[in-house]
Amino acid sequence: MSGPAIGVRAPEAIGTIGESAKRRRRPRRGGAWWAWLVFIVGATYFIVPLIATLEFSLRPEPPTRAYANVLADPRFFGSLGYSFIIGVITIVLSLLIIVPTAYWVRLRLPNLRPVVEFVTLLPFVMPPVILVFGLIRVYSRPPLLFTATDIGSSALLVAAYTVLSFPYMYRAVDVGLAAMDVRVLTEAAQSLGANWFRILWSIIFPNLRTAALSGAFLTLAIVVGEFTIAAFLARPAFGPYLSLLGRDKIYEPAAVSLISFGLTWLAMILIAVVGRGGRTRVEVGGAR
Amino acid sequence: MAFLELTGIRKEFAGGVVAVEAFDLAAERGEFVSFLGPSGCGKTTTLRMIAGFEAPTAGTITIDGRDVTGVAPNRRHVGMVFQSYALFPNLTVADNIAFGLKIRGDSGTEVKSRVGELLRLIHLEDRGDRYPYQLSGGQQQRVALARALAIEPTVLLLDEPLSALDAKIRVALRHEIRQIQRQLGITTVYVTHDQEEALELSDRIVVMSEGRIEQIGTPFEIYNFPATAFVASFVGTLNAVEARVVEPAAGRLTLSGHAILTSSALEGTAGEAVMVALRPEMITLDGIDGQPKEGANRVLATVTDVAFLGSVVRVSTTIGDGMAIHVDTFNNPNLAVPAAGQPVNLSFPPEAVLVLARDAVIQEEDVLAAAEAML
Repeated sequence: MSGPAIGVRAPEAIGTIGESAKRRRRPRRGGAWWAWLVFIVGATYFIVPLIATLEFSLRPEPPTRAYANVLADPRFFGSLGYSFIIGVITIVLSLLIIVPTAYWVRLRLPNLRPVVEFVTLLPFVMPPVILVFGLIRVYSRPPLLFTATDIGSSALLVAAYTVLSFPYMYRAVDVGLAAMDVRVLTEAAQSLGANWFRILWSIIFPNLRTAALSGAFLTLAIVVGEFTIAAFLARPAFGPYLSLLGRDKIYEPAAVSLISFGLTWLAMILIAVVGRGGRTRVEVGGAR
Repeated sequence: MAFLELTGIRKEFAGGVVAVEAFDLAAERGEFVSFLGPSGCGKTTTLRMIAGFEAPTAGTITIDGRDVTGVAPNRRHVGMVFQSYALFPNLTVADNIAFGLKIRGDSGTEVKSRVGELLRLIHLEDRGDRYPYQLSGGQQQRVALARALAIEPTVLLLDEPLSALDAKIRVALRHEIRQIQRQLGITTVYVTHDQEEALELSDRIVVMSEGRIEQIGTPFEIYNFPATAFVASFVGTLNAVEARVVEPAAGRLTLSGHAILTSSALEGTAGEAVMVALRPEMITLDGIDGQPKEGANRVLATVTDVAFLGSVVRVSTTIGDGMAIHVDTFNNPNLAVPAAGQPVNLSFPPEAVLVLARDAVIQEEDVLAAAEAML
């Protein structure tokens, strides 16, 4: 046998290991360069359309004319307000359905997780137009004559948006549940006398706050921009209003897009502040 | 009737896996009972059945005369401390402790007073407004203990509560647990795979293996008079060697060609092989850590290795046809440590020779399980 003895490291090999360790400690300039490039490309992709829209909206004389027209139109605030209200109701309903379901699946029915995941993905494969036609066919005749009234139609809209929110909300909540030891927290609460409602309300929901917020953001963004379902159900939502405006005006749609963009972000920040209860202290604890 | 009684408990999981079988236990009020055994022996499953998190396939569980076998966990009034602390991350230390009290419907003043009392008990008076993630592991486990004690449970269950902590904190906290348990006089069931923990804390130990009880006894009984080969190998360090019966009535045996005596008469017939257990600390090295006492068994051995274990020096030897015998002797600066290859005389009194049950065979997996538990 001519190979080196086990456990003996040749001096040059030690040198190589030392060098590689030094290299690891050095700042990775190449990596940082690529990271900045990716960041700049991403930011450009995001910002350039906004700047272009802003530039286009400022072309009339005086430049604020499009914004003044939009803000003077009562339908703008009416439709945006309606969409926000529908969005908030959708978020609440979606959370009430998804959180107990995801919790129970994790706790008691882990084998069903792939099935539930698949079901929540169905809105991706089913176009909104199919969904809304199905809803109109089923709920436009007695005994379920929902489309005959405004409240009934709005309820259908909320139901449809809740279905659309499932893929985002389920994933967000499931990731949140994965970050905590659901079984042990549940058992700890049970041993202290808590019933299922108390466990969900006092332990599971508060610890899912961050996850639920991310699901809520996505849901709100979808609801505010959605057109097809709102238009077919003849709802005074923001999507159909924007479409109508784009058909009749030149510069105002650009102004509306930017204003709604800003308001949506503002709403998300408000949800975050309200959802966190003004605190940023919720963290999942662990052994130290 | 005992305060906590488990009668004929059996637990079979889906797929036919039997986790616990023929489990009977009667614990008195205020008693500290430990379930000791290797991973997968059924000790945690048994604890979870007492807590109500698992339903027994057969058998009954009674607490203070009340059959709780089918009672939901939130109605059993049993406190539980988990290995992973299980503190609610969204609640402060004080709110965690108050959780069960609020569910019970105590008034605000009562809750505040009880929380203050428990914070003093666990020496965390100034940490009530902290969140769990702001505490060390030891502090979190103390909070978990206080939270379980807050509701004044009938039985306190602890599921390997110290396993996630480092050695020093583990020792300090186990003293604290024992002190609090004695102070409150609460019936306690403690699950551990750490024999040292079980021996130090318990009034009685239930040694388990493969879902069955191997032995129930005081720490003294378990250590000194192991009922089975498994208990002997799992609790403490042990030399398990095969010997042959020479004269049963006189307690005479041969150990690798050396005649030895036990302190009592043997069962079985001459020529029959039996398993003999010798605790390493019961053996002395003649002329090195003492002189043989009159009537002691003496066996010639050859040193194969010497290991320093801090307060103890472990001398490994072989006798006769390569049978390994380990000897533990207290470390001291004047100890003339023998060298490998040196012949030594091993001495041990007849009462140190534990003849295990006739059908006892120390399985390799038992020894591995014991070794694993010691790690």
